[in-house]
Amino acid sequence: MRQTISIASYLAVKEVWRNRGRFLLVALVIALITLLVLFIAALGEGLGNGNREYISKLDADLIVYQAKSDNLIAASRLGRDRLAAVRRVDGIADAAMLGTSNVTLILPGDAEPLKVAMLGVEPGRTGEPMVVQGRQLSTDLASEVIIDQNTAIRSNLLVNDTLTLRVTQGTRDEFFELRIVGITDGQQYGLQPSVFVPFFTWDRIRPKSEAEVNSLTSVGNVILVKLHDPAQLETVSQRLVAQVNNIETATLTKAIQALPGYSAQQSTLNTQGGFTLFIGILVIGGFFQIQILQKVAQIGVLKAIGAANPVVAFSSIIQIVVITIIGVFIGALLSFLFSLTFPPTVPIVFNGTTSAIAIIALLLIGPLGGLVSIRYAVRIEPLKALGLSS
Amino acid sequence: MTTYALETQSVVKTYQSDSGTIQAVDDVSLQVAAGEFVALVGPSGSGKTTMLSILAALLQPTSGRILLDGEDLAGMNDIERVSMRREKIGFTFQANNLVPYLSAVENVELMLRLNNRLDKAGKLRARELLARLGLAERLHNLPGQMSGGQQQRVAIARALIHNPSLVLADEPTASLDTERAYQVVETFAGLIHEQGRAGIMVTHDLRMVEYVDRVLLMQDGKLVRIYTGHEEIVELIQGSQH
Repeated sequence: MRQTISIASYLAVKEVWRNRGRFLLVALVIALITLLVLFIAALGEGLGNGNREYISKLDADLIVYQAKSDNLIAASRLGRDRLAAVRRVDGIADAAMLGTSNVTLILPGDAEPLKVAMLGVEPGRTGEPMVVQGRQLSTDLASEVIIDQNTAIRSNLLVNDTLTLRVTQGTRDEFFELRIVGITDGQQYGLQPSVFVPFFTWDRIRPKSEAEVNSLTSVGNVILVKLHDPAQLETVSQRLVAQVNNIETATLTKAIQALPGYSAQQSTLNTQGGFTLFIGILVIGGFFQIQILQKVAQIGVLKAIGAANPVVAFSSIIQIVVITIIGVFIGALLSFLFSLTFPPTVPIVFNGTTSAIAIIALLLIGPLGGLVSIRYAVRIEPLKALGLSS
Repeated sequence: MTTYALETQSVVKTYQSDSGTIQAVDDVSLQVAAGEFVALVGPSGSGKTTMLSILAALLQPTSGRILLDGEDLAGMNDIERVSMRREKIGFTFQANNLVPYLSAVENVELMLRLNNRLDKAGKLRARELLARLGLAERLHNLPGQMSGGQQQRVAIARALIHNPSLVLADEPTASLDTERAYQVVETFAGLIHEQGRAGIMVTHDLRMVEYVDRVLLMQDGKLVRIYTGHEEIVELIQGSQH
């Protein structure tokens, strides 16, 4: 076997080196496919992340929704009175209101206003993200705000700066000034950068209809729940539904799947990625098949002088693997270099795991695409290839 | 009793076709001794190429025995026949002889590599053999950079480098001009005699049999006549020219 692989490697490397122009061209085609696959994966990751980032990083186990809201956070309305009832359920370590809305962040000078997600959270409780700069929110009524990294990058605002939010309440635009006390890591929500305010501040400044402006009832969207024992998820969930009226619950995973457009978007991008890989298999398979067809006489000579089938097969496999590795490496390098040129507004995120899966899939498409040509090479009859058959 | 390097006994090869059974080789028995160079001649369709393919272990006969160094090729499986081709047979073809991405010396060394016998001495022998064939300046040329005659000479070196018992040549002069053709056959014959190999050349060009020891004439799949000795062979050549 060692001898077979040694001869096969020798033949494969010599052929690639002496025809390097042709093989480089194929490697570049593979590089372009790699670039496309990695960007689709990164776009999927970026868009998915933009939708789920805050939810996926939550230090919570369950989300409590208004009944029949189909696990849609924006469609759910829960009054604060429910919070006390939820906290009383056995097995719950912490529970906090979460309110969501969209507001406009007014930037100084002529800068374009920035649409952001304004999330009302309870200071010190589950739902409030940890800051990486500055401090946490102090009280439920403070005129303070924590901004996420994306908001900070796009607005150039810093800790201790004051930000201005424009909100429509009734029929009037209202402007609210809040002091930035901290900056968190990326916490996008609904494909928007986010700002976090104390829950009662949120309830005061959030966009409202004319009817809500003078309402005294405090209403959020959902309640975030942290359990004493996450293994008891199912039991506590059943207990919650039994003990608290008019609610439904979902795990974080289920909540993410229910985010508007999330599943459709991810399945569309995954399908695109899959098709690109499939096209890659066809392109590589086609190239190596044409190459084998051009080499029938040459393979015939090799077999006639005593090269065994494993030598011919391994030689083809080594060539395909080497060319695929070179192509994927060039493609990955180009993807990395291009990614450096994108502004933060473009939702492209090169996640290590997703990129690694894409690269492994790309490394497999070469041998997969080449399978037919390898089979063909092994079945070449030296007698026919050399024109000696009657 | 003479021991032959190659001996065939009643070799038959038949094919099935729409018009019935075709007898491509019909009861052919022949012997070639070590150091003997014979030509297999005959008109088109006489079965000489089929016979050569059988002798090269590329084709199984329908019946009969082919003894190479006492081992019967007809009774071997595919793997054993590949091994025989690699170790005991040298082969030159009409065209597409060489691996196009290997240089002249690499093509010759390839036979030693396949036999796991490529060492310093082997490398030196490959260079010496090519030099003897007038290719000392072409060692590192790729086949595409050489003429047809030069490529044939590289193929001859490759067929001989691993000291095979049997060397086969299929129309080695088909793509060469007359002068080059004579040179190639003369060199081939010289090396076969000198190295003590059994050599068989299939050719349709009777002028090329000048350098062989015997000529085997095939017709309709049968071995119909054997020309032995210089006078008989010269007569055959002269007869073909009239």
